[in-house]
Amino acid sequence: MNFPWHIVITLAWRNLWRNYRRTLIMLAAIVVGVWSMIFMTAMMRGMVDEMIRGSTSTLLGHAQIHHHLFRDDPNISNSMPPPSARLKAVLAQESVVAWTQRVRVPAIISSERESLGVSLVGVNPHAEEGMSFLADSIEAGRHLESPEDKGLILGARLAERLETKLGKRVVIMSQDPDNNIVDRGFRVVGIYETDPSNIEKQFVFTGLNTAQQFLNMGEQISEIEILGQNYRDTDSLIAPIQQAMDAGLSLEPWYEIDSYLGSMLPMMDGFILVWIVVVFIALSFGLVNTLAMAVFERVREIGLMLALGMRPGAIRFQVLAESLMLLTTGLMLGNLLAWISIVPLESGIDISAVGQGLEMAGMSSTLYPSLKIKDMFTATGIVIILGLVASLLPAWRASRLEPIKALTKT
Amino acid sequence: MNLSLRLGWRNLWRHPRRTWLTTGAMIFSNVLLVFMISLQLGMYQLMIDNSLRIFTGHLQVQAPGYNDTPHMSKTVPDIKQLAAKLREVSGNGNVAARASGFALFSSAERSYGAMVIGVEAEYEPGVSSLPGLIKQGRYLNNSKGAEVVLGAALARNLKVSLHDELTLMGSGKDGSFAADVVNVVGIFETGVPDIDRNFVQMPLDRFQEVFSMENEGHTIVALAEDFSQIAQLQQRLQKPLSDTEKLVLLDWDALSPGLQQAIDADMASAWFMYGILILLVAFSVLNTQLMSVLERTHEFGIIMALGLKPGRLGRMVLMESTIMAGMGFVIGTALGSLVALYFHTYGLSLPGMEDAMARYNLPGRMYPSTSMVSLCLGPAVVFIACILASAYPALRLYRLHPIDAMRSA
Repeated sequence: MNFPWHIVITLAWRNLWRNYRRTLIMLAAIVVGVWSMIFMTAMMRGMVDEMIRGSTSTLLGHAQIHHHLFRDDPNISNSMPPPSARLKAVLAQESVVAWTQRVRVPAIISSERESLGVSLVGVNPHAEEGMSFLADSIEAGRHLESPEDKGLILGARLAERLETKLGKRVVIMSQDPDNNIVDRGFRVVGIYETDPSNIEKQFVFTGLNTAQQFLNMGEQISEIEILGQNYRDTDSLIAPIQQAMDAGLSLEPWYEIDSYLGSMLPMMDGFILVWIVVVFIALSFGLVNTLAMAVFERVREIGLMLALGMRPGAIRFQVLAESLMLLTTGLMLGNLLAWISIVPLESGIDISAVGQGLEMAGMSSTLYPSLKIKDMFTATGIVIILGLVASLLPAWRASRLEPIKALTKT
Repeated sequence: MNLSLRLGWRNLWRHPRRTWLTTGAMIFSNVLLVFMISLQLGMYQLMIDNSLRIFTGHLQVQAPGYNDTPHMSKTVPDIKQLAAKLREVSGNGNVAARASGFALFSSAERSYGAMVIGVEAEYEPGVSSLPGLIKQGRYLNNSKGAEVVLGAALARNLKVSLHDELTLMGSGKDGSFAADVVNVVGIFETGVPDIDRNFVQMPLDRFQEVFSMENEGHTIVALAEDFSQIAQLQQRLQKPLSDTEKLVLLDWDALSPGLQQAIDADMASAWFMYGILILLVAFSVLNTQLMSVLERTHEFGIIMALGLKPGRLGRMVLMESTIMAGMGFVIGTALGSLVALYFHTYGLSLPGMEDAMARYNLPGRMYPSTSMVSLCLGPAVVFIACILASAYPALRLYRLHPIDAMRSA
């Protein structure tokens, strides 16, 4: 069959602009709808990315190795020996960007004025670089210099609570593996600031060897943190390491260690999809209405075309083409608008007005929207496919008109 | 019957399909809004209630500055007498005194630091749900005994069970060494990780003795019967306070500012989405009304030539939109309320969200709130937006010239 593609498409485009007001209003609705889909998605992505980035750089990493009882009972007696040669060889592989070992124990810190509970973390400052927030967050004083460093680094909020400052001494109290209370004075050599700021009250840092000595734990360590290429792909990171681990140790990816954070990803993906569909349904009422009206106005004309021998298929195609053109124009403008509105915001939006509320959710007070090409394609794809489905009804009705009845309609 | 109303009604049914499609958009968004808003408001109520009832209470009396930097030295003197006085004026008797500090607790095997809170065992159940959440043993029942109740996670970490002994070590108010040997009489489980891992409660008198506090304490907590009565309770408590010492009375918003902010953040993002949805519906109405006005240009020309004022025609067009918006409001709110009521009765569980909900002290199952406000707020906004959207087509009528209008086909 010689299908008059060319004519039908020209007709569809011209029909669209016969009633330019209606088309422009519908176009505006599509643009706003598409913009909101992409804008919301970028905001949500930015939020979750920031949460995950923040948490993985707060002593979480992409995966961790512990004594198998440590997570349930984070006590010094559940520590483990330093990594074996076999494990070290696996950790030197390319899929591992960085790794580090730490001592982490619950402890009490006291100044002359106040005592508080904290986590004492013994770190190797060189291995820690690029892994955790610490190196970039020192506000006053200095960073630790080596695993033997005997200085202590505290968060700004903690220092405030303790009414202590740089250069002063504080006492740290904890237990050794035999449940003897050990305590020791430390000099505060550095103060760090980070966001969300409740972290500042939780962690104090000293050299790894210093901590091991203080706690009488010999060479033992509490955890190994591993950073891979991408937080979304932990399976390929974990598999080879799992093979090389000794018995009695366990390896967990970040989403199992922090299950709240782990549940955020699927929740966000689900939410984005629901939002796109909801906006689309709200749009589709207008879309179907516009097309139905366009067909209604042209009943006589369509009758004439049918009477002259145009195939019902061509009529159907013409209505669908009109709908497709409307949708495509709206999608292009909507995507463009979303891009224009998000790019200047990518340097961050200050939302500290509700900062303490966001802290409850583990979020920092700056939001960086993240526009992904993939999300733009998803929204575009869903709108085109569902849009065509919604246009089927008016198109089908138009093609089923009977020429004689349509022609005589006034 | 009013003429505009009758004409408007008939005009609407000249194109039943168009009318239903436009109303359908309203119904869809109204059902969604009713459900979402009632769910949100129900969630906020639970969030506030659960978070505050566990420990913080609705109101607290403190020394100035204690809320920001809770130092042991910022005390409320003669705390038990003051609490007794406030209890009398409170009307419901839900007032209790507390003192808090920090100590290292050691069992035979383990040592952990934890918050230790001295409570009036007799009155504490009136201000906090924690005494009712004892999973093993009993709550404190006297004011002097060397006994404690502690969180389940802390008990597990310390490897202690009921009737085991714990030693506690800390520093007193004057900086002196504070130590005691206490008996575990109860273990509570609130489901809030911070509290279960970090809280130990002991009798207030014992606390004052061990931490050299004499007759002082840190906070007096009060709980209103329900949320709407907080302001009234605040007034009652303020009176005896103002003529005594320099103490401050703080409400829950000052005590846990994160809570209101979390709600504000959630509200703001939700209204952004609702706003988009409502805007889309308004576009739909604008389109429909503009079309219906344009296709009647000829007809309107004749009516105006017969002497009808454009204002009258404009009212008729507005009446058409109002009828449509009214149908959308009634049907949408009715359907939405049915959905909300169903979940209000049977609860709604969102699989995969338990962790996120636990952060805000929410249970796994949620119950939408079904008040007038939660059910009608969204549809009311849609209603107004739809009428505003038809203002443009209605105002266009003022520019209509009868002769030109009659000439148009």
